[in-house]
Amino acid sequence: MSPELIIALLAATVQAGTPILYATLGEIISERAGVLNLGVEGIMALSSFAGFMACHLTGSAWLGLAVGGLAGALLAGLHGVVCQVFLGNQVVSGLALTIFGVGLCNFLGTPYIGQSTDGFHQFAVPLLADIPLLGAIFFRQDALVYLSYLAPVAVWFLLWRTSFGLGLRAAGEMPDAASAAGRNPQRLRFSGVLLGGLLCGLGGAYLSLAHTHLWTTGLSGGRGWVAVALVIFAFWRPGRAVAGAYLFGGVMAFQLRLQASGTNVPSSLLLMLPYVLTIVVLVFSAARARSARKNGPTARNSAAPAALGVNIEPVG
Amino acid sequence: MLLTLHKREEALGRGAPVVYLCALALSLCVCALMLALAGKPALGGLAVLFRGAFGQTHALLDALLKAIPIFLCSLGVALSFRMQIWNIGAEGQFALGAVGATWAALTFGGQPAVVLMPLMLLSALILGALWGLIPAWLRLRLGVNEIISSLMLNYVGILVLEYLVFGAWKDPLSFGFPMSPEFPPAAQLSRIWPGVLGKLHWGLLACPLAGVAYSVFLNRTRLGFELAACGEGERVARYARLPYGFLVLLVMGLGGALAGLAGSIETSATLGRLQPTLMVGYGYTAIVVAWLARLKPWPIAFTAFLLAALRVGVEAMQLELQIPAAFGQIMEGAILLCVLAGQFFLTYSVSLKRARPAAPKASPQPEEAQA
Repeated sequence: MSPELIIALLAATVQAGTPILYATLGEIISERAGVLNLGVEGIMALSSFAGFMACHLTGSAWLGLAVGGLAGALLAGLHGVVCQVFLGNQVVSGLALTIFGVGLCNFLGTPYIGQSTDGFHQFAVPLLADIPLLGAIFFRQDALVYLSYLAPVAVWFLLWRTSFGLGLRAAGEMPDAASAAGRNPQRLRFSGVLLGGLLCGLGGAYLSLAHTHLWTTGLSGGRGWVAVALVIFAFWRPGRAVAGAYLFGGVMAFQLRLQASGTNVPSSLLLMLPYVLTIVVLVFSAARARSARKNGPTARNSAAPAALGVNIEPVG
Repeated sequence: MLLTLHKREEALGRGAPVVYLCALALSLCVCALMLALAGKPALGGLAVLFRGAFGQTHALLDALLKAIPIFLCSLGVALSFRMQIWNIGAEGQFALGAVGATWAALTFGGQPAVVLMPLMLLSALILGALWGLIPAWLRLRLGVNEIISSLMLNYVGILVLEYLVFGAWKDPLSFGFPMSPEFPPAAQLSRIWPGVLGKLHWGLLACPLAGVAYSVFLNRTRLGFELAACGEGERVARYARLPYGFLVLLVMGLGGALAGLAGSIETSATLGRLQPTLMVGYGYTAIVVAWLARLKPWPIAFTAFLLAALRVGVEAMQLELQIPAAFGQIMEGAILLCVLAGQFFLTYSVSLKRARPAAPKASPQPEEAQA
């Protein structure tokens, strides 16, 4: 492989990793607030269509992005209503949300298959783009990729440096304690779900607005599930999510290049790669978490929020 | 007015059907709304759906046909849901079952049906069970989340199927279409009574057998009781010295075998060959069915039939109104979400109360103050 090819592959890695990064960050916020949302796949699917449609109708990529994010928050809100208000089982509700969201995307999107949209385009960031190697990989991308560089920092700041974030994490670890401290854990959880859905929605919108520019159904292709797995890999921390997202971006980009190059390896085997890798990554993180647990005090650093998946029962 | 919640002393019994009907009505409203959103006639569309699903005998028979794999897969996932093991890999296990049956049909094609059929069933059961055991083993041995691993194995299982029909098992006479050669007649399940019962085949027999085995296992055996006890969670089970690990392997293996059985029946009876079109999402519908039926065998049978009828109805909508097949998924998702929310009213009662100050002395009654 020539150096140019490797640089192109790494740049493609960043692009393919970006939607997964957004979704993983969204799911981290939701799970930190104590709500397991298995609907990410459905949210990404619906948002990819909502974003495409808005951009298709108005011609504005940013409006498409906003509508995509909004659609994500709305669908996540449905999960919030079912689990927070009506105390539905979070696993089942999330699965139902995925079935519903993917179905809705295919149902509404079928008439528009094959239509293209303008969306976001790549531009070089002045000065930064001229850095050798790094410039070509990281700074000749589109606006959403640049935004995604800031997103992990923003999520980290929100969760660990603001009072809202402290309350959100308390609602995920020990809702009773949050309540005793005068916070409303239900409201905190709901905002976590909505915010998480918004980020997953941005990831979905990226797929149609920046990744393909061409509408077709099934754009999410399991990326939502990868994001759910990456949250475990990331130990619920935004920083580690970046590594996981780019790892998957790399595999997806590599697999696409290999297919395009006309290799002898059957495409069904290449397509398996990201799914098999997800399981491998989970095995790896489980082993890491296990060895961390043996070291005692740092154990909490790798464990899931204590009240994850447990609904708050109403009093009275 | 103020809404107040009370936890019921015991779960709602007689009123439960009302709750379910309301949830169903709500989900139909959502679906009508989606039809309108896509520029299709909302009420007319639903009318086509119901006429297509329940209007004619052949539609009902078709629903029964589709209910067979859904029912078998659903029993399989319900088994593991009972112990809070979230096996959502029925789709992949179904695919592997189909692959197993095809392998036997292509390898031992010359044998008579008495030899060939059991071989196909056996290899389907084994492959399906193995595919289900992978996430179980990963969970027990390494603590890997079984939701994600079993789901990922769905994608992998379907790709294994595609890999085989695009490659090693491709029919040389198929003009490039990805499909295996047609099975010899001995490998095809025959129809029960073609003139009267349409395409309904002997695979139907597997359903009562599996259903009875399921309820006997749960209600009449020691392992079944232990399984129910494990539903309280892993820590409770381990504290009570129940064989938790063995039970996890058992339910995932059995669930995989049931889904594999469904896969082999579908390949052998409806298609007569292995083809990617075999995978139509029965494994996912099965999860919806299992939860709607609250994991009980008779309700699973009933719900499997209903959701199969829904699929038939959606096919009619596709033909008459050019509505995408994904409408069926929307319905399944909406019904499950609404029922999930509705089940809240089984354990809680909600009452409306006029907002009155708690202590009458403290302030005048609002109505009097207005008067």
